Amino acid sequence: MAVVLIVLPLLSGAAAFLLRDDAARRRLLLWTAWLHFLLTAGRILAYGRWGWAYSVAEGFRETPFWLPGAWEWFSFDAPGLLFLGVTSLLFLGAAHYAAAYLAEEKRDPGEKGENGFIFNNAPEAVFSGCLLFFLSAMTGVAAARHLGLLWAAVEATTLLSAPLIYFHRHKRSLEATWKYLLICSVGIALALMGNLFMGAAGLRGGAGLHLDGLLAGAEGLDSQLLKAAFIFLFVGYGTKMGLAPFHTWLPDAHSEAPAVVSALLSGALLNCAFLGVLRAAQVCGAAGLADFSGGILVLFGLASLVTAALFMLGQRDYKRMLAYSSIEHMGILAIGAGLGGRALYGALLGAVGHSLTKAGLFFASGLVLAAYRTKQIKDVKGLLRRSPAVAALWLAGFLLITGTPPSGIFLAKFVILKEAVADGRWAVAGVYLFFLAVVFAAMAKIFIETTFGEPAQEPERRFEPPRAMVRPALFFFVLVAALGLRVPSWLDAVLNLAAGAIGGAR
Amino acid sequence: MNTFAELTIVLIILLNMAMSVSGSLASCIRLAAAQGVAAGLLPLMAAGGAHGRAVAFAAFIIALKGLVFPWLMLRARELTGARKEIDPLIGYPASITLCLAAFAASAWLGSRLPLPEGGVAYIVPASLATIFTGFLLITTRVKAITQVVGYLVVENGVYIFGLALFVEQPLMVEMAILLDVFVAVFVMGIAIFHISREFDHIDTDALSQLSDWRRGEEG
Repeated sequence: MAVVLIVLPLLSGAAAFLLRDDAARRRLLLWTAWLHFLLTAGRILAYGRWGWAYSVAEGFRETPFWLPGAWEWFSFDAPGLLFLGVTSLLFLGAAHYAAAYLAEEKRDPGEKGENGFIFNNAPEAVFSGCLLFFLSAMTGVAAARHLGLLWAAVEATTLLSAPLIYFHRHKRSLEATWKYLLICSVGIALALMGNLFMGAAGLRGGAGLHLDGLLAGAEGLDSQLLKAAFIFLFVGYGTKMGLAPFHTWLPDAHSEAPAVVSALLSGALLNCAFLGVLRAAQVCGAAGLADFSGGILVLFGLASLVTAALFMLGQRDYKRMLAYSSIEHMGILAIGAGLGGRALYGALLGAVGHSLTKAGLFFASGLVLAAYRTKQIKDVKGLLRRSPAVAALWLAGFLLITGTPPSGIFLAKFVILKEAVADGRWAVAGVYLFFLAVVFAAMAKIFIETTFGEPAQEPERRFEPPRAMVRPALFFFVLVAALGLRVPSWLDAVLNLAAGAIGGAR
Repeated sequence: MNTFAELTIVLIILLNMAMSVSGSLASCIRLAAAQGVAAGLLPLMAAGGAHGRAVAFAAFIIALKGLVFPWLMLRARELTGARKEIDPLIGYPASITLCLAAFAASAWLGSRLPLPEGGVAYIVPASLATIFTGFLLITTRVKAITQVVGYLVVENGVYIFGLALFVEQPLMVEMAILLDVFVAVFVMGIAIFHISREFDHIDTDALSQLSDWRRGEEG
C-alpha cells in the first residue's frame, strides 16, 4: 500500500506535466487527491481495527516483483499513518482550493500586482505537477522505515515545493524561494551528518540505519554518538520544521507563496519535518536517553514559542502573522514531545488540529488577499462589511487556532499543560502559559482590527468569494471543532499507538 | 596501501584552502569539482579491495561531481553573465585564516570524538574542515552560484565523513541521496537563472526585501 500511495501521485504528477488542457489537468489533480485520500482513509481504519497484525499481513501480501524488499523500505507504523492521514486530508482540501484558484488566476492574471509588482504566473502544468510530486515525497516521509530514506524524502519535499513558492513570478517570491532552498538544503545536510553519527553509534552492534534495527538494538548503541546524532538530526529537521532560531526562512516562504501552497507548507510539510525529529527522539527514548532528547525539545520549543510571540506583536503583514503562528505551534509540539507521556498524545493531537486549522486560515487569507489585494494589515479593515462569509471564516479560524474551546487545539494545549504541571515543571508551564497569552493578545488585535475596523474610504463593492474556495476551510474548521468535543475512537487508538511507539521522555 | 588515501586527504585539505582564497568564479567551481572527484576516489583506496559495486558507484559519483555539476554551474554562470570576480564579504586573508582555524578546530574535535578507529589518518578532521569551508563559502560570498558551490562542498564533507565513520548505507539510500543533490543543484540553477533575469545580477545581498525589522516600509 505504501508503494502504491507513493507512486500514484508521482505518475499523476508526470501526467500533469504532459497534459495540455488546463481543465483536464485540474480534474486529474482532484481525482488523484480523492484516490489518495480514500486509500489512506481505508488504510487507517484498517489499522485502527486490526492494528499491527494488518500491517504484517500486508507486508507479506504486497512485495512487488519489481522492487524486492519494498516493505522493508516503506511501510506504515502508527506515527507514520497519523501524519499520512493528515497530509492526505489536507491535500484533498488543497486540491479543491487549488482547482478553483487556478481557474480564477487564469481568468484574471497579473492584476493582483501588489506593491507595484506586475507579475506573470508560472505555467499551470508546473504548478500542478509539482503539487502532486510534493504529495508523493510527503507520503514517502511518512512511510520511510530507513533513516537514510527518510532524509532523502524530506530533502525531496524541499526541492519539489520550491517551484510552488515561486508561482507568482516576482522579486519577493524569488527571494523567499532562494532563502527557502538554501537554508533548508544546508540545514538538511546537517541531518545527514546526524544519520552518519547514528550509523556510527550502532556500528558495533550492527544496528544499521533501519528504524526497526535501531529500535531493537537500541540498548547497544554508543550513547555519546547517539547524543551527537540526535543534536544533528534535531538541528537539521528542526530547520525544516521552523523551530527558532532556525526558522528564518519560514515567514518569508509562507508569506510569499500562494495561499494554497502556504497551507500545504504549514499544515503538511512542517509535520513531515516533525516526524523526522520524532524518529530521532524515538531511537533516543528506546536507548534510555529520553531525558537528554526531551530536554533539548522542550528548550527549543519554548524558544520558538517566545520568538513567535515577540514577532507577532506589531506584525504588519497578516500572512507573516500566520507564519509566526505556525512557528508557535511547532514550538508547542516540540514541548509536548519533549515532556513525553500524555503530553506526547497532546502534541500529536495538536499536530492534527494545527494542520487543519492553519490550512483553513491560509485558505481564508487567500480570500482576504483577493478581496483587498494587499497583505498589509493596516490596509485591511472592515472585512465584515466587505465580505461577511470570508470574515466569518477569518474569525472562526482565529478562535480555533488560539485554542478557544471547543477547538481540538484547546484540548491539545491543555493536555500538554497538565503534563507539565504533573511533572512539577513549573517554569516550563509558566513560560508556556504566559507566551500563549501574549500570542492570543497579538493575534486578537490583528483579527479584530481587520474584521471590524473602519476602512479609510468606503469599500468599492462587496466581495463574493468563489464557493469552491470557501468550502475546504469551512470543512476543516468544522472538523477541528468536532475534534475538541469528541476524539473518535479509531483516531484515539491511532494517537495512543503513535504516542506509545514514540515513547517520549520517562 | 593507505599512502594514496592519505595523499588524497592532503589534496582535499589543500583544495579547501584554495577555494577559500580563489577569486575567480570559474576556478572555484572547478576546485569544488576536483574535490568531489578526490572524495569519490577515496573509498576505492581506503577499502583495500575494490569490488564491482564500489567501482561502479564511485564512477557514478565522479561523473556527477566531476562533470555534470561543474558543467551545470559553468553554464549557469555563462547564461547569467556573472562577472568574473567572486565578491567576498570578507577579505581573502581573513578567509584563509578562518579556513586554517577551522582545520585546527576540526583536528582537535576529531581527536575528541569517540569514533571508530580508522585506517586513514586525518580523514575526520579533513571532512569536518571541508564542511566548515562549505559554510564559509555560503555565508561570506555574495554571488548565488558561490552559495551553490558552498552547498556542494558541504555535501563533499558529509560524504567524506560517512567514509570516515564506516557507515555503509544500502545502495538504494546512497542513490536517493545523490538524486536529491542532483535535483538540488538543478533547481538552484534554475532559481539563479530567474534571479539574474529579475534583478539583472545574481548578488544575493539584493535579496533583502523580506524582513520583520524595517519600520515604515512595505514588507
